[in-house]
Amino acid sequence: MTQSPAPSPVDGVEPAARASGLTKLYGAGEAAVRALDHVSVDFLRGEFTAVMGPSGSGKSTLMHCLAALDTVTEGDVVIGGTSLAGMSDKALTTLRRDQVGFVFQSFNLVPTLTARENILLPLAIAGREPDETWYDTVITAVGLADRLDHRPAELSGGQQQRVASARALVSRPSIVFADEPTGNLDSVASAEVLSFLRRSVDEFDQTVVMVTHDPLAAAYTDRVIFLADGRVVDELRHPTSDSVLARMAAIQSEAMSAPPAAPEG
Amino acid sequence: MLRVTWRNLFARKLRLLLSAFAIVLGVAFVAGSLVFTDTIDRAFDDIVSGSVSDVTVRFDGATTDENGGLIPDARSMPASLVDELAAQPGVARADGTVEGVGLFVIDSDGKLVGGQGAPTLAFNYNDAPSITGEPAVTVVEGEEPQGRDEVLLDERTAENAGYEVGDTVRMVTAGTVPELEAELVGIAEFGGGGLAGASLVLFDTPTAQQIFLGGSDVFDSIALTAEPGVSQDGLAASAEQVLPDGIEAATGDVVAAETEELVGTVLDFLNIFLLIFAAVALVVGTFLIINTFSILVAQRSRELALLRALGASRRQVTRSVLLEALVIGVVGSTLGLVLGFGLAIALRTLFGNFGLDLSGTPLVFQWTTGAIGYAVGIVVTLIAAYLPARRASRIAPVAAMRDDIALPESSLRRRMIVGVALTLLGAGMMAAGLVGEGNTGASMVGIGVLGVLLGVALMSPVLGRPVLQGLGAAYRAVFGTVGTLARENTLRNPRRTAATASALMIGLALVTTMSVLGASINKSIEVAVQEEFTTDYLVSSPTFQPFSTGIAERIRDIDGVGEVVQQQSLGSEIDGDGSFINAADGGAVAEVYDIPVVTGTLDVRRGGIAVSEQKADSLGVAVGDTVTLTFPAGDQEAEVQGVYEQSNILNDALVPLSTLAAAQIPRQDSVVSVNAAEGTSPDELGTALDDVVADLPIVTVQNQEDFTEAQRASVNTLLYLIYALLGLAIVIAVLGIVNTLALSVIERTREVGLLRAVGLSRRQLRRMVRLEAIAIAVLGAVLGIVMGLVFGVVLQQALADQGITDLAVPIWQLVLFVVVAAVVGVLAAVLPARRAAKLDVLRAITTE
Ligand SMILES: Nc1ncnc2c1ncn2[C@@H]1O[C@H](COP(=O)(O)OP(=O)(O)OP(=O)(O)O)[C@@H](O)[C@H]1O
Ligand SMILES: [Mg+2]
Repeated sequence: MTQSPAPSPVDGVEPAARASGLTKLYGAGEAAVRALDHVSVDFLRGEFTAVMGPSGSGKSTLMHCLAALDTVTEGDVVIGGTSLAGMSDKALTTLRRDQVGFVFQSFNLVPTLTARENILLPLAIAGREPDETWYDTVITAVGLADRLDHRPAELSGGQQQRVASARALVSRPSIVFADEPTGNLDSVASAEVLSFLRRSVDEFDQTVVMVTHDPLAAAYTDRVIFLADGRVVDELRHPTSDSVLARMAAIQSEAMSAPPAAPEG
Repeated sequence: MLRVTWRNLFARKLRLLLSAFAIVLGVAFVAGSLVFTDTIDRAFDDIVSGSVSDVTVRFDGATTDENGGLIPDARSMPASLVDELAAQPGVARADGTVEGVGLFVIDSDGKLVGGQGAPTLAFNYNDAPSITGEPAVTVVEGEEPQGRDEVLLDERTAENAGYEVGDTVRMVTAGTVPELEAELVGIAEFGGGGLAGASLVLFDTPTAQQIFLGGSDVFDSIALTAEPGVSQDGLAASAEQVLPDGIEAATGDVVAAETEELVGTVLDFLNIFLLIFAAVALVVGTFLIINTFSILVAQRSRELALLRALGASRRQVTRSVLLEALVIGVVGSTLGLVLGFGLAIALRTLFGNFGLDLSGTPLVFQWTTGAIGYAVGIVVTLIAAYLPARRASRIAPVAAMRDDIALPESSLRRRMIVGVALTLLGAGMMAAGLVGEGNTGASMVGIGVLGVLLGVALMSPVLGRPVLQGLGAAYRAVFGTVGTLARENTLRNPRRTAATASALMIGLALVTTMSVLGASINKSIEVAVQEEFTTDYLVSSPTFQPFSTGIAERIRDIDGVGEVVQQQSLGSEIDGDGSFINAADGGAVAEVYDIPVVTGTLDVRRGGIAVSEQKADSLGVAVGDTVTLTFPAGDQEAEVQGVYEQSNILNDALVPLSTLAAAQIPRQDSVVSVNAAEGTSPDELGTALDDVVADLPIVTVQNQEDFTEAQRASVNTLLYLIYALLGLAIVIAVLGIVNTLALSVIERTREVGLLRAVGLSRRQLRRMVRLEAIAIAVLGAVLGIVMGLVFGVVLQQALADQGITDLAVPIWQLVLFVVVAAVVGVLAAVLPARRAAKLDVLRAITTE
């Protein structure tokens, strides 16, 4: 049995997704932008993780690479025990469909389909029948049972994001990525979406990774990873909004005083 | 604003090209038709000026019937008149002309040369000059013909027939001697340049007189050449002094004008025929442009709203869109004119195959063609862009701030009302046109059809719904989610889907109309033939040329032959009303054909006539009345002795053969009906008949089956030609589908990205686009076929008394059209689908 790409049961908890030595360059030569710089990070099963960092620090890039939406320049991504390196487009599509859930900041839903059809879309595409009990659980948790026959245009932004989250979960993926899912929402709507994600981790043992700029949102998670200049610069467990805020301020000032230095390992 | 327009144009080169393509094709068709007909015009001008002499001395009276066909005229003028005229002051020379009618060259394989299209012109050879001053005919190889056994041909005819100087040329004539042979002693060149496919056959004067005028030293007409300084009018006046009554001197200008008018009628018909298809192409193209601009405006609505928010006036927004249209119009028209030139070349080749050879005449590109091409292209584009442009100007500036922009759309209800009104109006026009007469009636039907088509196109978003929903249900059942997505895509913008489908609808409606009419004509022929074709065999000319009565004589000599009935058809006027007359022994006709007589008899005596019921009604005559028949040599009174039910055998009227003799029309046959004698099987007779006509390719022997088949074949040939021309509209419609889909895919980039992100494979994505295309195409096909069926049935009913008595609906052909439409949908989706599948997932999602 080879060691690195396979899940490591040594810790007792195997990671739902793992990035090892992930580097992403945009462009080439002098003008190349190093969006990710040797990022190695594990996302453990049943954990709710927040990714934070200044604008342009590489958060979205990391999400895209982890979710098999983008190719990496160097390093490897493992999802649910499968390495993405060298996979064909077709295989990547299938992997996305079956193993990954995704929630974008906006435009998450197909406008011509109802909420229900949107939620069931990944399963329908795969030609799979939904697991009835799981589907009912998700629908109940998302709290939109009476709006399921509405089209996206007839739903509020918060409701749309909850539908998108339900869609991300309905196929029981190995991991759900959410890039600023509450970025366009007010505090009440944000709270609804975040509570739903929290419940899906606590009650249904799902794995969720979420990019956010909001310390209040980060406080819903189990663990915060801080990115700066494409590198993981810090990590915080059991965050509160105050501790997150303090850590962000620290990173900000460090970045001001000594720009491209990696503080700790 | 100007800069914004330019930016837009260049940022969307591909879309520009696609929408310009409709204009290119439409303008090309218009320009091609004009160039082609101008070229024909020029060719005939050249022929006329190269052959007409300063003054032609000829018999009074019409030399052509209503439809431009030559009526043979047996009157002739004595050779002494030629000498008298030559002696008149101002006359440089006078040349007697023998105009041979009904002669054909047979090629070395035993087939008729020409025949189908351009005529064969047989003359006595002389070197008389035309109005251009050059001899009408010069010998360019070999020598002049001398005596009974020598003949000249023009180079093209000699070449096509495979004859070289020294060979023996075979010919058939409509005169008393059916067959003829002569040595080719030289090649003649026509002074006017090309002959437009006509064949030239020249004999010396005595031989021509022998063949065509029964051997007397007489002429059909006399060509006069003026001495230097003498005008045409002066020459004519001088000639008039010695001319007897009934003979006139016509100046070259008059003769040329007459000929040109005649050619002009045919040309106008051809031009209108071609321009109708150009109009269809342009109407369909208009849909494509309206659609393209609507989508472009919708996609740019945020940008336009921003311009409005920044202070651009409504007019400026409208103008910026119209300016874009203007550029497309200009570019499209320019390319269209170039392509039109190519199309004219193609038309020339096509018509060359039908016998109209114009290779001797360069293509004529008049400035009016360019002007018309630009005017049509630009006006159509501007009209098509106006509606979307106006809508663009109505975008509220605040829309720039909103996330999803809905353009103000006219309500479907208003559209329905306008659509219904237009449809009813069109239907009314059709009805009025169908009862109306001639050209006005036909153009009213045309405009009515257009009105109905546009009305239904307007209503199509509503009419198409059930079709799309039916298809959608099938999609969902067969293709699951991908099917659902495709269905929803077709329903999300019913106007766009319907407008795209409408273009195809128009093309297919016309194709279906033609195919229903064609099938009905074929069935009617079949029924009529079965009812009326009661003889064993019919001998006739496949090219409708009259043939020598000698053929019937030979047939009578066959052993086992029964009744033989000869008929000669010709156009004439009965009481001034253009009619198609048959001359025959009425008693014999009544014996072999079962033609129901209403009153009186078919066995008309000298000075009598029998007319069809329809003709009797329209003339208001009955048995016992007297009518006037008009012939070139003068009018004749005739007593109506019988009225018969409408018949394809006898057409409008039947006269005895004696009437022809009185009208000085030479005896020829148009149709000979033959029965087997008792005791002889029709098959035996058929073999014997075939032997008789074997070396006379001018006639064919047909039994009922052969005849039906031949008729059907000629109907189908015309039908295929029309299909080919309508194919252009369908090509444009397909481009419309490609365009709409491509634009829709661009418009839905984010959605495509999202679908891919949640796991839709490239294949599934392609299938989704393909299904959408098929839905649009099938919608167009279904609507078009339904409309075409309605048009076809209505036209058949309206034309029932013109001979299209039976309705036939070619079901399988219609099913085939739907299948072809679906295939067309698949093809139209190839590029847009590939484009959608190629989209980079991440880029698509993050696109603005
Ligand atoms: N397609 C691209 N081409 C070139 N450079 C890119 C591209 N996408 C991102 N970048 C660069 O990569 C770096 C990381 O971008 P990324 O979108 O991951 O940042 P982010 O952390 O998500 O920022 P934000 O918080 O503003 O969303 C930035 O410097 C950005 O300019
Ligand atoms: Mg980002």
